[in-house]
Amino acid sequence: MIELLNAGVAVLILALAIFIILARELFAAGVAFVAYGLLITLLWVQLHGADVALIEAAIGGGLTGALVIGTARRLRASEALACAARVSMPARVIAALVAGTVAAALAACVLALPDPAPTLAPQVAVNIAPTGVGNPITAVLLAFRAMDTLLEAIVLIFALIAVWSLAPDSVWGGRPGPRHQADPHGILAYVARILPPIGIIIGIYIFWAGADHPGGKFQGATILAAMWLLVAWAGFIDAPPINRKWLRLVLITGPLVFVAIGLLGAVSAGAFFAFPEGYGKPLILAIEWALMPSLALTLALLMAGAPQRTASQ
Amino acid sequence: MSAPTLFGLCAALLVGVGLFGVIVHPHPLRKILAFNVVGSGVFVLMGAIARRGAAAGLSGDPVPQALLITGIVVAFAATALAVALLVRLFEATGSITLSADAPAQAQGDADDL
Repeated sequence: MIELLNAGVAVLILALAIFIILARELFAAGVAFVAYGLLITLLWVQLHGADVALIEAAIGGGLTGALVIGTARRLRASEALACAARVSMPARVIAALVAGTVAAALAACVLALPDPAPTLAPQVAVNIAPTGVGNPITAVLLAFRAMDTLLEAIVLIFALIAVWSLAPDSVWGGRPGPRHQADPHGILAYVARILPPIGIIIGIYIFWAGADHPGGKFQGATILAAMWLLVAWAGFIDAPPINRKWLRLVLITGPLVFVAIGLLGAVSAGAFFAFPEGYGKPLILAIEWALMPSLALTLALLMAGAPQRTASQ
Repeated sequence: MSAPTLFGLCAALLVGVGLFGVIVHPHPLRKILAFNVVGSGVFVLMGAIARRGAAAGLSGDPVPQALLITGIVVAFAATALAVALLVRLFEATGSITLSADAPAQAQGDADDL
């Protein structure tokens, strides 16, 4: 029974992927991408990756889909122009051959995977106790591979700086994106009033539960960012100008605390990101608490895009 | 067929489908979407491998699963940057074509602004 369900999910995902590629309209492809992200979430549940399922639902389906749909509206005028420049038939056949070859090679690799599979799970199971957290993925993210997570937080800041740097000189330091207007009695305004209290509690809960259960700062921060975007798109609040001191402080506090705790380990325990005996859990929680607001704000501002208006507009 | 093998094969096909879209679509936003399909295929493939690594009472290898969370967030950041570049290109030139013979016309549009 469950195998039938798995096969059904796989077929639906493939069908949606093909629809995303072949759909005539950009908007339809964007909507299909959201549905596709939600189905991939089901797939993650079946692969027993609950933490990954949460982030896929929030980012893969949610934020990326919303970003594409929002951009598709702004670029509507361009669609006809781009469609005029169609790729010729021989080029399409060659592209299909290349794509088919890559897919076949990957499929062959999947069927030739070694058995038993190499795994680091036993090492994680043995070493998780000293960190004090119960969720092995949180232990990997913030203890065993803390360096990766630190670099990720910094990559996000760099991506945001890169997005901001696309602003025309005249509006540097101004507000990102267009000012959103919505019918105050419409469905968007209604949802933007009803949903955020629930969404904020769920976001904070997922963050709070992350130490011992599936969840964590990335998933929680994404949900908080989504709530902020919902309220902004309904026109209730405006995006802050990017030259505000408080804004920049919140953005860098998380990574700075992360680096400081890493350096603390270098001084007190002999290695960068080595946690002193018995202080593992408090330090991990400190990193999570510091990173959460930074991540939520970074993700929300990445969605908002480059500055397009001066602070007074 | 076991779930990891089934979803691993599904992932291989997703990479193929996405790659085809990246090559043939003239519209850059469609290319970005197709690239995200390739990305999700790579993530699912890695997830299938993580699931095969179930051992020691854990239902999957937590190391690749943690890296996947990092990967999905970074993929979103890259997508946001690509979209911002595209919006800026559209604002500056009024066109979003990536073809090589367009700059002359795009330049003309930019002068009009």
